[in-house]
Amino acid sequence: MVEERAASFGKRSIKTSAKLAGLKLAVSMCDLTTLEGKDTPGKVAYLCRKALQPIEAKYDVPSCAAVCVYPNMVKYARKFLGDVSPVNIAAVATGFPSGQYPLRTKLEEVRRTVADGADEIDMVIDRCAFLAGDHAKVFDEIAATKEACGPAHLKVILETGELVTYDNVRLASEIAMQAGGDFIKTSTGKVSPAATMPVTLVMLEAIRDYFFATGIRIGMKPAGGIRTSKQALAYLVMVKETLGDDWLNPQLFRFGASTLVNDVLMQIVKNVEGNYQGADYFSLP
Amino acid sequence: MKSKLKPVKLSAKRVVVATNHAVVPLRERRLNFGDKWNYAPAPEDSKNYVIAPRHELFIGGKFVQPHSQKYFPSINPATEEKLTEISFADATDVDQAVKSARRAYEKVWSRMPGRERGKYLYRIARIIQEKARELAVLETMDGGKTIKESRDVDLPLVAAHFFYYAGWADKLKYAFPGKTPSPLGVAGQIIPWNFPLLMAAWKIAPALACGNTVVLKPAETTSITALRLAQIFQEAELPEGVVNIVTGAGETGAALVNHPDVNKIAFTGSTEVGKRIAQLVAGTKKKLTLELGGKAANILFEDAPIDQAIEGVVNGIYFNQGHVCCAGSRLFVQEGIYKTVIKKLRDRIQTLRVGNPLDKNTDIGAINSRPQLEKIRELVQSGVDEGAELNQSSCSLPAKGFWFPPTFLTGVTHAHRVANEEIFGPVLSVMTFRTPEEAFERANNIPYGLSAGVWTDKGSKIFKMVNKLRAGVVWANTYNKFDPTSPFGGYKESGFGREGGLHGLAAYCRLD
Repeated sequence: MVEERAASFGKRSIKTSAKLAGLKLAVSMCDLTTLEGKDTPGKVAYLCRKALQPIEAKYDVPSCAAVCVYPNMVKYARKFLGDVSPVNIAAVATGFPSGQYPLRTKLEEVRRTVADGADEIDMVIDRCAFLAGDHAKVFDEIAATKEACGPAHLKVILETGELVTYDNVRLASEIAMQAGGDFIKTSTGKVSPAATMPVTLVMLEAIRDYFFATGIRIGMKPAGGIRTSKQALAYLVMVKETLGDDWLNPQLFRFGASTLVNDVLMQIVKNVEGNYQGADYFSLP
Repeated sequence: MKSKLKPVKLSAKRVVVATNHAVVPLRERRLNFGDKWNYAPAPEDSKNYVIAPRHELFIGGKFVQPHSQKYFPSINPATEEKLTEISFADATDVDQAVKSARRAYEKVWSRMPGRERGKYLYRIARIIQEKARELAVLETMDGGKTIKESRDVDLPLVAAHFFYYAGWADKLKYAFPGKTPSPLGVAGQIIPWNFPLLMAAWKIAPALACGNTVVLKPAETTSITALRLAQIFQEAELPEGVVNIVTGAGETGAALVNHPDVNKIAFTGSTEVGKRIAQLVAGTKKKLTLELGGKAANILFEDAPIDQAIEGVVNGIYFNQGHVCCAGSRLFVQEGIYKTVIKKLRDRIQTLRVGNPLDKNTDIGAINSRPQLEKIRELVQSGVDEGAELNQSSCSLPAKGFWFPPTFLTGVTHAHRVANEEIFGPVLSVMTFRTPEEAFERANNIPYGLSAGVWTDKGSKIFKMVNKLRAGVVWANTYNKFDPTSPFGGYKESGFGREGGLHGLAAYCRLD
């Protein structure tokens, strides 16, 4: 039934004004991401500029929620964006993507990354411990990381592609929320499958039940594999019909994506101008 | 859309965005299904599909005027606008139809090799697929069901039934090893209004595959797609008289049941009418299958995946506005999870979109007719009068047309009418139980026995329940799954005989 329900959101027909509003909302929820060994200050500058203003001002498109980079790139992003920016800096940390490192170095990494200027930390859970049955270790690591974050927000990456079953995803979501995560996130983007609709649905349901139990609203970030406007709209429909309007904002819902933004922009321009523009009309991130 | 995130000052230098971490007090922990992001209307285009102002009877491969010259209006239940006029067939017309079917049976169809019959069925199935969108739109306009369902459920299943039985037409000997199957003759088939085209397919496809000919009587309120199917038979060059369609009301059906030259009656509809048909057929040589009412129990155990079960419960009762004989209209919840289930169900029905059935985003369409709406209202009122608590979606309903919001009743006991009578609308009666034994005893404590659902993560419990439940179909951890290969039919007052699969084939054969 999870798959069926998830598929039903994709069947909603989002047209005209609803489509335009949904697409702009999607842009405002994007964590524009570059996570490569070849990332440089120059590339990060491209990314930051794109996040600040995804397209010409006349289309009235909001800036992206954040840029998402490796820890070493945080200081460059901070330099480019300045101290006050509508675009947040998110950094993957804790031995991303595998998490197969000692806790001490993970925490040190988090502290330094926050000190360099990260607003948000995207940590990975210890899948080794989770799959070996040591759920307490997973919990303790998240709690310790949260402490190390200080003022920065913590997103907990479950890497659902490695957890495989919905039961595991649900349990890991609960652990992450109880241990202090502000967001739960599906994937690193380095493992296939990354985000899927059914897995995201299971996590949204966990968020809902946690809200009922504690009164705390946890955010959700599907990441990886969301490349088209149609997909993004289906995710928004899922959020709207599972958690309601209160989650339909960048404070509580994000897309982790790199190529999604330009597809969304292409659709926005089509909606405004009436016809499609070629890919060359959209700036590279 | 607000473009800027709300910055929260943390230190002199740095700015971060804060999640709202204020703990919401218990009584305010509600999900807000408001209008922050409303879906714009997305209606399926119906302009290209023209409905003729008048529909004649289909007898002997031709459309002919009714003997009575009488017609009755067929309306769109979502708008109350008249769509067309339908012929009223009297006993004379029925006699003509049966004679035509008999001629076709003797001269053509029963003599035709199975592989040739199969070719016709395949051809019909393919044409249905080609015209699926048109048929779905007509079905939605005529009956009030959502385009989402007619497009994604009804039409694919209609084609699948013709394809499936087409495959059996030349393999009947292998279907029944050691037997020599032969056709019965002329089959009189009477179908309901909830799945007009699908029920026509369920009845016609196996009958033709086995070499029988057919006189079909569609329901009074939903004749349009059956007559469109007749045009498809013409296009497929199905020999004249193999299928005849007589439209009308109860009298037309009675004339068909009483006709002496009919060999088999197949009826899907209410238990009340089914009983009368059984009386009429008693003492004749006619074979009979009845698929009647139901009041299915959907049983939800504590160890079930509750969110998934809620989806099954919602699909079970609100699918096709609850106009489903196998609808899971009684929900039995194990006491330990009762409060959770009710809370989740309340939230879930709030997200169901009720309105224009042609809109692709509509989840719940129009009630099929005014009398049906009145029946639903009356039964729900009886539930409230007898002390049950009403839980309804606060959705707004269109001004014209026949509508009923998704509803469930809590605090229902076995002595309530709403626990025993088939409502045939989007209304669920919720009751509780403590143990598996109590669950199947309560589930079986009803004259019906068409279907049931069991929700648990424990396999052994599923098998135990399945063997104890007196129901023709039991779904485990799912609901309303249909497939042409799977037999469907009831226990007790839900009827006898099976449709679908090999069993459905056997109902149209003489096995010597």
